[in-house]
Amino acid sequence: MNPAVREAEILVVGGGAAGLCAAAEAAVAGARVLVLESDLHLGGQLVKQTHKFFGSKDEFAGTRGFKIAGKILDEMASCKDKIETVTNANVMGYYPEDGVVTVMVGEDEYFKVKPARIVMATGAQERLIAFPNNDLPGVYGAGAVQTLMNVYGVSPGDRVLMVGAGNIGLIVSYQLMQAGVQVAAILEAMPNIGGYWVHAAKIRRLGVPILLRHTIKAALGDVVVEGAIVRSLANGETFKIDCDIICLAVGLSPTAEILWQAGCEMKYVPELCGYVPIRNARQRTTNDDVWVAGDAAGIEEASSAMVEGRIAGLDAAASLGYEIDESRFGVYEERLKALRSGETASRIRAGLARVSANGFLGGMTSDGFQ
Amino acid sequence: MANGETENDLRGLNEDDSIVCRCEEVAMSEVRKWIAGGYDTPDELKRLLRVGMGPCQGRGCREIILREISSMTGVPVSEIPPGRIRPPAKPVKISLVARDYTGGDGR
Repeated sequence: MNPAVREAEILVVGGGAAGLCAAAEAAVAGARVLVLESDLHLGGQLVKQTHKFFGSKDEFAGTRGFKIAGKILDEMASCKDKIETVTNANVMGYYPEDGVVTVMVGEDEYFKVKPARIVMATGAQERLIAFPNNDLPGVYGAGAVQTLMNVYGVSPGDRVLMVGAGNIGLIVSYQLMQAGVQVAAILEAMPNIGGYWVHAAKIRRLGVPILLRHTIKAALGDVVVEGAIVRSLANGETFKIDCDIICLAVGLSPTAEILWQAGCEMKYVPELCGYVPIRNARQRTTNDDVWVAGDAAGIEEASSAMVEGRIAGLDAAASLGYEIDESRFGVYEERLKALRSGETASRIRAGLARVSANGFLGGMTSDGFQ
Repeated sequence: MANGETENDLRGLNEDDSIVCRCEEVAMSEVRKWIAGGYDTPDELKRLLRVGMGPCQGRGCREIILREISSMTGVPVSEIPPGRIRPPAKPVKISLVARDYTGGDGR
């Protein structure tokens, strides 16, 4: 029997902030969309964000992340005859010779799909660092701890050492304290706090030290984490901190396996935290059938991921001949410009200028990136 | 607590013992030894040490290895050949793939 290769007009890989917005946008335009999500539920990182978002009103600033996921799912429900979603589904490969994508559902189901267009919204993975005993139980990514607490209601331990004072390190520290877990200290190798001061201030008010220019030298313990040795980068002094959990919040990198396999031209851009695809202002990569949106396009924030998803979904639908309102692009580009206007976004602007360069803007303006 | 007071805790702990690839349990010492021997690309290290060939397919170690190559050779990460990324992105049971077999005798 010849196993059927499924067809899809638009395949969205990843059902997080960017992917769901891409799916909603493309379906509203009339396209039939298949969303594949590797987790057991849709919503990506939004579902564990119990804090209120910043950003802009259009991207639900002031609303808690998990409620934002609900709003996008409601939008998708309004055109549910156009959207099929499969959770617990991992995209395993993209074969550029015939455009076939292989998918594993759970560990016991496997199918092929040949989509006309693909939006890659594969998100990010947590960056790890190497130190002695980094394989002891109790060493976690901060995102993993946030999932344990906020999605599954499981407390990771009693006393946490957080490594990294970017927004993830700060927010997860605060949420750990809300859950009744002690935070011994937050370490930051840089001479300044990377995250928003409002988050840092909340933590400082609760008496948790944020140790700048400090790093972890080793985890201690025989079978599980019992403490950590911390080193000052300023004077080399070392000291011990008692903890049973070490949380690494040292950054994210774009998840790009399938983009590589699709032959998209990739570039290492430190400002975007890793290898990302070259693309035009409408998120289309150098593989004409592939768009990219969200953290897979460069580590940024959920608000801009959602707008990128909308642009990608709209443009992918338009490329299939669906009638769209062209002025939407202008609206979304303005929103991105606003989200990326501040001082804190200067890094993002610099990074984007590097992946949108070399005349690959397809005649479209690069103003949004200036 | 000053330097001397952590000496006991740090006894026997060496940066070289850090695990780089948790899936395949490859230590930093191994990675450094081969980089020093001139095997300074992720693809070479993968073939020698199996780094990045386990369940996570390099999601944990790829960047650590790139940074280590960069710091040992002085070549910026952006100029190190990143290595070939092939399907499957996760381990898959051979029985699942075989179920789709349509070649040869037409089964």
